[in-house]
Amino acid sequence: MQISGAQMVVEALIAEGVDSVFGYPGGAIMNVYDEIYKQDGFEHILTRHEQAAIHAAEGYSKVTGKVGVAMITSGPGFTNAVTGLADAYMDSIPLVVISGQVPMSLIGTDAFQEIDAVGISRSCTKHNYLVTNAADLPRVLKEAFYIASTGRPGPVHVDIPKDVTAEIAEFDYSKPIELETYKPTVKGNPRQIKKAIEAIANSKRPLFYLGGGIINANAADEVRDLVKRTGIPAVETFMARGTLGHENPLLISMLGMHGSYAANMAMSETDMVIALGARFDDRVTGKLSEFAKNAGVIHVDIDPASISKLVNADFPIVGDIKNVVNQMLELSDKIDDQKYVPWLETVANFDKLHPLSYKEDSDRMKPQWVVERIGQLLGDDANISTDVGQHQMWTAQFYPFSRPRQFISSGGLGTMGFGFPAAMGVKRGDMKRTSINITGDGSILMNCQELMTAVEKKLPVINVILNNNFLGMVRQWQTLFYDKRHSETDLSVQPDFVKLAEAFGGIGYRCSTKKEFDAALKDAVEKDIVAFIDVKVERFENVMPMVPSGGSLFNMMLEYKEK
Amino acid sequence: MESVRRVISVIVIDEASVLSRITDLFSGRGYNIESLTVAPVPESKYSRLTIVTNGSQRVAEQISKQLHKLIPVLKVIEHTDIVEKEMALIKFPISENISDIDILCQAYNGKIVNLGEDTLVAMVADEPKRVSNFLQAIKKFNPKEIVRSGAVAVER
Repeated sequence: MQISGAQMVVEALIAEGVDSVFGYPGGAIMNVYDEIYKQDGFEHILTRHEQAAIHAAEGYSKVTGKVGVAMITSGPGFTNAVTGLADAYMDSIPLVVISGQVPMSLIGTDAFQEIDAVGISRSCTKHNYLVTNAADLPRVLKEAFYIASTGRPGPVHVDIPKDVTAEIAEFDYSKPIELETYKPTVKGNPRQIKKAIEAIANSKRPLFYLGGGIINANAADEVRDLVKRTGIPAVETFMARGTLGHENPLLISMLGMHGSYAANMAMSETDMVIALGARFDDRVTGKLSEFAKNAGVIHVDIDPASISKLVNADFPIVGDIKNVVNQMLELSDKIDDQKYVPWLETVANFDKLHPLSYKEDSDRMKPQWVVERIGQLLGDDANISTDVGQHQMWTAQFYPFSRPRQFISSGGLGTMGFGFPAAMGVKRGDMKRTSINITGDGSILMNCQELMTAVEKKLPVINVILNNNFLGMVRQWQTLFYDKRHSETDLSVQPDFVKLAEAFGGIGYRCSTKKEFDAALKDAVEKDIVAFIDVKVERFENVMPMVPSGGSLFNMMLEYKEK
Repeated sequence: MESVRRVISVIVIDEASVLSRITDLFSGRGYNIESLTVAPVPESKYSRLTIVTNGSQRVAEQISKQLHKLIPVLKVIEHTDIVEKEMALIKFPISENISDIDILCQAYNGKIVNLGEDTLVAMVADEPKRVSNFLQAIKKFNPKEIVRSGAVAVER
């Protein structure tokens, strides 16, 4: 059929099964918004800032596993969205982001709201397109969804000049995709897998190192099965929280800078690392030359460039985790699950020596207690988003995650302001569960304008603000490494968070006791409207244990003592 | 690890902004480009880039893998056994000894290609190392301008 470029965008989104588009209109994208007005195939959710539109699409994608879609205009609309694109790129989140551009005839003339959008997004997207003919749009949009969601997922940006959205051309979305230069490897090499299984069977202290790729590949069930059948202990990265579930007896904990002592010691003592969808990030490895020093490395990843990038892999296996783990399961009877019992005892002893813990205080509320309490009260019934900082680490350490896609956080880029809009997208993608954003008094002010979106679109996110009147994580580093010079991190001056929420039509709570917190959370869950719970927590609490930046995993700071 | 000179050929779909995807990748990840030559592959929709870079084995592997990740990249060839050539154009004042220049050029697969009123232009086409040697040798003829093409290479 012959339709306009703008109609094509709408038709393509409907054909892709999109039910939610997060966005913000503007001059260059108006033709598309005119078509959005006329259609009823999907709902458009108007955020109050373009960055929030991308984060909401990320949250939606992370909780559903589907491609998230966002729409923005040219110039500042696009540049506001760049942080979101970079965030999605670092955390491998499949998105299709459509931006308006000035008409073709004005490109390169420094026109009003013109910016070289594809030039900017090139380094923070998996791929991008500047569409110069409406006739290309069906192919480009179909490719965009395909590229975003296959291989190592990531954001794809499609920039469409205004005259292209007005141009009439033939629309046929049924044509198959022909991308001869893009063919992700999905099955693992059987010979390599066989060798890896033999290496595991011959090892004495093997360790699963589970990464976020497992969640992206929807392979948590298979991985749970493999861990169970082999009897090998496992550590999870920040991005993999929820993969095994907190009750799994073989899960040690999270590893890395703020991982548990036992997880980091296990990684230091292992003789065979089995990395599944993990990328040896610097926040995980600490000092590279000391990381799993005496171990062989099996590395399974869909992205060949992740393998042997930082740590040399003895057994590189390129492929989709789900397929590879299934292939491994077929050979898993070659591994004697009783062989590792002494190793499990060693690991258990590490945990007994220095368990993940904090000092309870009867008077003041500890932030860790708040996280644990949310877990006790809501557990599996909540999806948990976070912002970035101390609260984020406490959440990763202390929340009892029971399933993949329950924990939504900005891992790679570490974007403050991610949590609230992401939690809106999470709510939109999973209406049945409570959507909690655990945040800090610093982070929440980046994107607090989204209160308006949450009220308007009835996305009752509960924002639990662990309020210590500090930019806490930076303050912690200043305390530890900058001789307590708390440069620009004291947030004593802050808004009345209760009134702030109320001003937008949400609900606000302030609590300084455990009892008040219980009551506030219970009430917020029942009220079912967007809420701020301002929790006054101990100001100088530190995230512990900690591997100081560049230090070795086995050399952890277990607590901070005042000198 | 030892940093050595490496020649990589990249076959890409000849489309808008494909070159910036590649150069952005090099600059964004801190890899060095010593020379870069691009031209369409005849009777196809592809272009061929010859990139001369340097780095350790690990860096070279990463460059190759990262290039592969770019959607329009069809093939990345890390050359080992190659025939490699580079061209140079050199402008001399006409007052220099033309026959000496000509003889030197011939030793390096070259010749004088243009004679003007004030200047003459010579070209050579040889292995990059030999081109460098040539450029050393002609210094005494006071070259006014030197243009090097960057290397092109093909597997033996």
